[in-house]
Amino acid sequence: MKYMMFVCSDPEPETDDSRVPDIEVWVAENDAAGRRIMGDVLAPPSAATTVRVRGGETMLTDGPFTETKEVIVGFDILECADLDEAIAVAAAHPMAYGGRIELRPFANL
Amino acid sequence: MDAVARAHEEHWGRLVATLIRVTGDWTLAEDCAQDALAVALERWPRDGVPDNPGGWLMTVARNRAIDVMRRAAVEERKLREAAMIEPAPPEEDDRLRLIFTCCHPALALEARVALTLRTVAGVPTADIARVFLVSESAMTRRITRAKSKISAARIPYRVPEGDALGERLPGVLAVLYLLFTRGYDGEPVLAEEAIRLARLLSELMPGESEVSSLLALFLLQHSRRHARRDAAGELVTLDRQDRALWDRPAIAEALEILLRTPVEGPYALHARIAACHATEGETDWGSIALWYDELARVQPTDVVQLNRAVTHGYAYGAKAGLELLETINLDRQVYPLVIAVEADLTARAGEPEKARALFYEAAAATPDGIERRALRKRADEL
Repeated sequence: MKYMMFVCSDPEPETDDSRVPDIEVWVAENDAAGRRIMGDVLAPPSAATTVRVRGGETMLTDGPFTETKEVIVGFDILECADLDEAIAVAAAHPMAYGGRIELRPFANL
Repeated sequence: MDAVARAHEEHWGRLVATLIRVTGDWTLAEDCAQDALAVALERWPRDGVPDNPGGWLMTVARNRAIDVMRRAAVEERKLREAAMIEPAPPEEDDRLRLIFTCCHPALALEARVALTLRTVAGVPTADIARVFLVSESAMTRRITRAKSKISAARIPYRVPEGDALGERLPGVLAVLYLLFTRGYDGEPVLAEEAIRLARLLSELMPGESEVSSLLALFLLQHSRRHARRDAAGELVTLDRQDRALWDRPAIAEALEILLRTPVEGPYALHARIAACHATEGETDWGSIALWYDELARVQPTDVVQLNRAVTHGYAYGAKAGLELLETINLDRQVYPLVIAVEADLTARAGEPEKARALFYEAAAATPDGIERRALRKRADEL
């Protein structure tokens, strides 16, 4: 089962005192286990361009498609047996501490 | 109760739980369980009740599921039929899988409660909707949405193991507790359903002390259901209740459970406090205060702190209770119970005038009519 993992910043983070895991270790472990198919860090929303085609015309907007304080700062595509495994992978990511992570399953159409 | 209704109560959870495991389809599982009960309703009065009603229902439901899946796509059919003919022997009861899946923390709390009631306990959706004050169609949507998420996000159909079990069990117990408190003073059917589920869970997980403790706690609180209100429907405080109305067998069962259950978590402490209140004769406030000290260490919520102040007031004198009360930082208008507690302690500290004013203040801040009248009554009696 594939999950898209959106890694988001949190504008009002509640600080977590536990020791934050290392991102290098997280990537290495999950790559080795075959649970992380790919992933990357994204440029800030100020670099985003939103594209729409309406009436045959391409319309561009400077910036992201939604105005929220939370920002998607990166993503990973996971291959996991089920949601519990994906939750364990997400909970070990440094951005789960202080930021937030959304797990979205692929629709498998 | 007639045989089919009894079979529904006894076997629904097991039918649905097993059908979900072998078909992987929650809706199909429920439909087939429902169909099997409909067939029973038609045949049992005519042919007599079978020797093994549960097994009979399972066979009918399973055959119905095979029929439905025969009509489904060929590839899927082959896969599923294989699973149906030789289902892997389950290591744990399917109902346990079902309970843990319905109570998965990736589902919203209200969805967990509704799904548990519908799927594990077999309560009709219309009844669940009535209790939670929403329309039947809204409740149907809530349950359908939860089932879709289980399937789309692939929430596993299993009981977590090792550390994960310790992390997930409190969430399951919280769902049962919410069910019980909903039923405690409003819907006795819900309280009874919560007791039935806690009993099932304690049979399935005999080694988990918090599960047994929760069952004991439910039994003790439920034992006072006939004494909690007077003939006019007004609340009767514990010290004024007619103890002849308490459910003695329920209390005896709870005390027997606590005798063989170690104190390993908050429900064990809550249950022991409830047990102290259920004993004959003078209430042992000293013991209750000690249990509350322990509870405040493991569960330092405002409500626990408030109750601790009350018990200290009874155990060590009203002044001691008032001193503890001062350390609690709760908005008195949002939690009028704080004012009521101060009123009670003040009355017993020998200041009736001040206490009367506090009882009126608490009554004014209390939204519930019955509780408000009970507080006014206390003021008038001073």
